[in-house]
Amino acid sequence: MSGAFVEITRTTGEETETIGRAVYEHPLPVRLCHWVNAISLFVMAGSGLQIFRAFPSFGAKIPQKDLLNWPKSFAIGGWLGGALQWHLTFMWIYVATGLIYLGYQLFSGNYRQVLFARRDIPGVWPMVKHYFFFGPKPPAREAYNPLQKHAYTTAIGLGVLSVLTGLAVWKPVQFSWLAWLMGGFHWARLWHFLVMWAMLGFVFGHLVMVILHGWNNFVSMLTGWKKDPEY
Amino acid sequence: MEPDNNKPDAGDAKSASPGNVDPATASSEAKAAEGEVADSKIVYPRMNERKFAQVSRRELLKVLPVVALAAFAIPGVQASLLKKGLGFSDWASARLFRRGHLAPTFADAELTPFEKFPINGYDVDDPGVIFENWTLTVAGLVQKPGDYKLLQIQALPRTRQNTRHVCVEGWDVIGRFGGARLSDFLAMVGADTSAKFIAVTCADDYYETLDMATALHPQTLLCYEMYDQPLTRPHGAPLRLNVPTKVGYKQAKYLTDLKVTNVVEKVGYWEDQGYSSFYGL
Repeated sequence: MSGAFVEITRTTGEETETIGRAVYEHPLPVRLCHWVNAISLFVMAGSGLQIFRAFPSFGAKIPQKDLLNWPKSFAIGGWLGGALQWHLTFMWIYVATGLIYLGYQLFSGNYRQVLFARRDIPGVWPMVKHYFFFGPKPPAREAYNPLQKHAYTTAIGLGVLSVLTGLAVWKPVQFSWLAWLMGGFHWARLWHFLVMWAMLGFVFGHLVMVILHGWNNFVSMLTGWKKDPEY
Repeated sequence: MEPDNNKPDAGDAKSASPGNVDPATASSEAKAAEGEVADSKIVYPRMNERKFAQVSRRELLKVLPVVALAAFAIPGVQASLLKKGLGFSDWASARLFRRGHLAPTFADAELTPFEKFPINGYDVDDPGVIFENWTLTVAGLVQKPGDYKLLQIQALPRTRQNTRHVCVEGWDVIGRFGGARLSDFLAMVGADTSAKFIAVTCADDYYETLDMATALHPQTLLCYEMYDQPLTRPHGAPLRLNVPTKVGYKQAKYLTDLKVTNVVEKVGYWEDQGYSSFYGL
């Protein structure tokens, strides 16, 4: 269970003093899913870009208009067949992790810490002012601030979309209704591509924030415990 | 989530006595401590810094299994893991395949113009088949093996369909294909449809394998027409496979041999280089 606080004490001789606080913020299933997901997302994006290299376009094959000449050295798999092996292997890890994560969040109630809710709306604008317009830092009340929750909620939504669009591209016949929902096979492939970039955008922002928030915050995703939380 | 600061009744904060915290139960005690208020200040369970370090280390170790994924980075292990992953995908694909589920069909207005239908040979665009001598040689688990002429195949009921042809590369076209259902042909030659595979070989040395469920699908054709015209040489004349439930490389051109079998030594030209064996759409 997350949200458990302790006071950390130091004993020197007879004296025991409080030197800080810590909170158990990330339950084990969340930490495991986070790191497995981070690795599988890396592999999925890398191999996906190698697959994209085989036909870097969204229009007709004839005449083919290449949109993006993605460098091979920033892709995984070496060739189309190799990339497909990575993609079709790690998609199972990616999906399984996603399902375990969602199931855990739902049944543990831990989703309340993560999901953006109505009560977070008033806190959005002060946080935007702080992040982007040098406004004062709003007081931290819980593990995640409203914008963080918004980002994580969006990322979870993108995760679900990446699977659904991927399913439509992989199985446009068996899941023809899914491809139809997305506007057809062409659009499904384009959505799958755009969802990936949106996720990479999230990852970029996430990494920037991890660097800005320092060591204690980073370690909390490994040990679960965050030292000296702001709330 | 957060301790309630406004709760008026003060707890005795027993758990706050120093050094009295069992690290293993610290979090549950802390949970119990939520809402305990002394002098309107929350009292948390206390943990010695050494015990905290120990608890942190233990929690870190629990995340360590993630490192197992590094096996994918070991050259010798990588290939076999990816092969297993691809095999699992193929297994799942075969389970997802529904015999009665038809691939979407399209109106004539949605067809890709014939001249914009890509030609994707693997080595030559024309292996130089001599049409007059051409036959389809049928072998394996069939009652009537032998050489079948194109006219015998064309005598079977003709199906014409506007279906999507999807390349493994990611492009696709909507084409109009005509031919005999492979299931009708298999019935004509008395094939044992409890066999697992239909293996074909081609005039350009290409070879392919279809699983029986796909071979018997109503949209799987021995195709001798495109856009209501006889198949052209670049598109695989005189006979090719048209399988709208499969990716393009499974739809072999220039067919010369067809075998009904339970055993395949080689799956297909691309499959044997690492592509998916099933690749059903």
